[in-house]
Amino acid sequence: MNGKYWFSLIAVVILMLLAYVGAEAGGLAIFFGIVIPYLAAIIFIVGFIRRILGWASSAVPFRIPTTCGQQKSLPWIKQNKIDNPSSTLGVILRMFFEICCFRSLFRNTKNELYNGSKLTYSWEIWLWVAALAFHYSFLVVIMRHLRFFLDPVPGCVKLIEFFDGFLRLEFVDTFIQIGLPAIMISGIVLLAAVVFLFLRRIFIPQVNYISLAADYFPLFLIMGIACSGIFMRYFTKVDVIGIKGFTMGLVKFHPVIPESVGGVFYIHLFLVSILLAYFPFSKLMHAGGIFLSPTRNLVNNTRAVRHVNPWNYDVPLHTYEEYEDEFREKMIEAGLPVEKELK
Amino acid sequence: MTDLKPDELLAKIDRNPPASGWMDTPINIKKGIYCYASNPKSVEYVGLPNVRKWNPLEEDWKLPENWQEILHKGFRERLERFRTFKIFMDICVRCGACADKCHFFIGTGDPKNMPVLRAELLRSVYRNDFTTFGKILGKFGGARKLTLDVLKEWWYYFFQCTECRRCSVFCPYGIDTAEITIMGRELLNLIGLNIDWVATPVANCYRTGNHLGIQPHALKGMFDFFVEDIEEVTGVLVEPQFNKKGADILFITPSGDYFADPGTYTCMGYIMLFHYLKEKYGLDVTWSTYASEGGNFGFFTSHETMKRLNSKMYAEARRLGVKWILGGECGHMWRVVHQYMDTMNGPADFMEEPVSPITGTKFENAKSTKMVHIAEFTADLIKHNKLELDKNRNDHLKVTFHDSCNPARGMGLLDEPRYVINNVCNNFYEMPPGTIREQTFCCGSGAGLNAGENIELRMAGGLPRANAVKHVHEKHGVNMLACICAIDRAAFPALMEYWVPEVDVIGLHEMVANALIMPGESKRTTDLRGEPLLGMEDEADE
Repeated sequence: MNGKYWFSLIAVVILMLLAYVGAEAGGLAIFFGIVIPYLAAIIFIVGFIRRILGWASSAVPFRIPTTCGQQKSLPWIKQNKIDNPSSTLGVILRMFFEICCFRSLFRNTKNELYNGSKLTYSWEIWLWVAALAFHYSFLVVIMRHLRFFLDPVPGCVKLIEFFDGFLRLEFVDTFIQIGLPAIMISGIVLLAAVVFLFLRRIFIPQVNYISLAADYFPLFLIMGIACSGIFMRYFTKVDVIGIKGFTMGLVKFHPVIPESVGGVFYIHLFLVSILLAYFPFSKLMHAGGIFLSPTRNLVNNTRAVRHVNPWNYDVPLHTYEEYEDEFREKMIEAGLPVEKELK
Repeated sequence: MTDLKPDELLAKIDRNPPASGWMDTPINIKKGIYCYASNPKSVEYVGLPNVRKWNPLEEDWKLPENWQEILHKGFRERLERFRTFKIFMDICVRCGACADKCHFFIGTGDPKNMPVLRAELLRSVYRNDFTTFGKILGKFGGARKLTLDVLKEWWYYFFQCTECRRCSVFCPYGIDTAEITIMGRELLNLIGLNIDWVATPVANCYRTGNHLGIQPHALKGMFDFFVEDIEEVTGVLVEPQFNKKGADILFITPSGDYFADPGTYTCMGYIMLFHYLKEKYGLDVTWSTYASEGGNFGFFTSHETMKRLNSKMYAEARRLGVKWILGGECGHMWRVVHQYMDTMNGPADFMEEPVSPITGTKFENAKSTKMVHIAEFTADLIKHNKLELDKNRNDHLKVTFHDSCNPARGMGLLDEPRYVINNVCNNFYEMPPGTIREQTFCCGSGAGLNAGENIELRMAGGLPRANAVKHVHEKHGVNMLACICAIDRAAFPALMEYWVPEVDVIGLHEMVANALIMPGESKRTTDLRGEPLLGMEDEADE
């Protein structure tokens, strides 16, 4: 069993302790509340942009999309315009389904050796479900948090919050009394999805084998973020007004340390900061990379329209003249036409 | 053939990864899995670096002293030149969706044949050499130094990938392991680590125009045999033309079709079709001895070598002054023609935009490259009723169709061959979904791996394809595996003999030729292989 997750788990626990002890007992509230978040935001923004520019600076010498369906050819043959796009609109649709619906992952199959000799392929949807649940709940959580960074709170944020909590009123509220206006579905789903993705890495032997410590680290970070968030919201009932004041201070570049927030808040904030700073240097950059992936974002019309390679250079060639010079006699004997007769 | 019986090979598949982590599992080069090192003569002929005799099983690979430096520089260059490479090094999240998509993993169970891990072999070094985080975090971040063992692992596993791109279809970011393998092989070639089944065909293609090294007069001689055979079966004397200036169309096909059965029957099919079109419609098609190879073994070496070999197609079309080029049934040839040729060796502005002179159809999808796939061409002829066909002549065949990887996943040529098959034969059965069209499985011998010494790997890698064929054989009595790729025609007979001995292999245009009613033909009683036609034997006896 690949035990690399222990490194990551311990790393995240240490980070949590650092923030808690540092802010609570060490009197480092300014460091953890102001310096680190600003630093993390700068690293994230600069790092993200640098990474994208780094990729963009590399050439796309050949147009090599992976085609997943019928090409555009004869007029009476039905083209698969999305999976094998021949127009920009097709590419946009392909990318849309890829980025918003994880289309390629949706295709996932599972292969098994059945009865020792028969290979079977079955549709494997759980990774897709978990990935979708994870990313969308994360998105909703981030959108909800805009409440803390915008004043007045925009209508769309309120709407998202309403629907996020609304579902809970319908299904859960009558059973559980927590005393808050709503349980946010997104937080629960996020945590559940992260746990699923983690367990997958532990229990599927192949996935376990390929997993690096660097793969577990963000999972534990997000678990820590989700847990501390949920804890503050439902259990310690943190001073939301105080936090809003604090975050608005950060946004307006007049940061003030709030009085009434506890150590758990600093854990939450610190882990988010670490995640932001970690982002541009890690595989999390797939968020940006997917847009630039040449096998998906190019039109498959290479025989119809010429694609130019910016660094195309001349190479040594074996010309027809050289070829005929070598084989002229044999060619003439075999009755093949030649450019120059024998002297 | 491998010493292992099919049952033994199946029993050997163990999908459980070893107890030690992959970075700590040492490389073990096994007999039956690897290909022989390149013959120095071949490497020298095309001027590739570090020419020497070497043996992968020996400790010393006779590398240049500064091999690490060469590779580091080569790596950096390729990161700048290929956005694919740079992005694919960075964004993999190791979700494992690709893991069980590779035919080599399915057939061997070797975890380093999971596409993700094959790529990690390069990525681990990339992290160490080119990323700050990798340098700081080391193994925690998945980085490792490029040692001799790592290099050997590269060589071993990059020549266990047929660049079929099946994993790419399932990757949420479109990471294409074929692209990574291509880069890996380019790097290996920088220090002279090639395999002979690639290097010698490359040298042959460069010198004689085709990978078998057939010289022009010998090629003509081979065709003379085909002409005799065709006359025996049909009573018609056909006259294929070579190097003819001013012909309408230049035809280029993989040379595998000239050389060995069953490809030769496909070749006879092309010859008969062109004869038919000349007699009926006056279409003038020429073959070339100079550009006598469609397949591009340079593709399995480096982009530069690919370009060097590919240049012959346009050069010959220009010299002969043809209107456009027609290409035969081949897998990776079409990936190169479709996705690389115009970029590397174009623009082909000395030719006309391809129009079928017989049907008037404009091949809009090929208007820049000016090269049409023969399945598109023939499908168009059939659609316009330009071919007289007796599909009952293929009634002795129960056919299934193998999409070859490169046209399927690098082009999308899926329905044209199916249309042709349905018009030339009565019994066509699809293999199960998940094994056809863009999810098709490799023959296990592509990308230069069709050698003899790695037969165990080939049989293991071809298992998923063969298993699907076996399924339709048992269910529908399928006895013929049709394909549009010369490597398939070369690799499948051995694969079928091993896994499904009742099934034989056929090219698309062999079936077309069986069904084609040639002008002035005598009553046909056999197919091109001399097998009696169903329902025609009695008439012959009378």
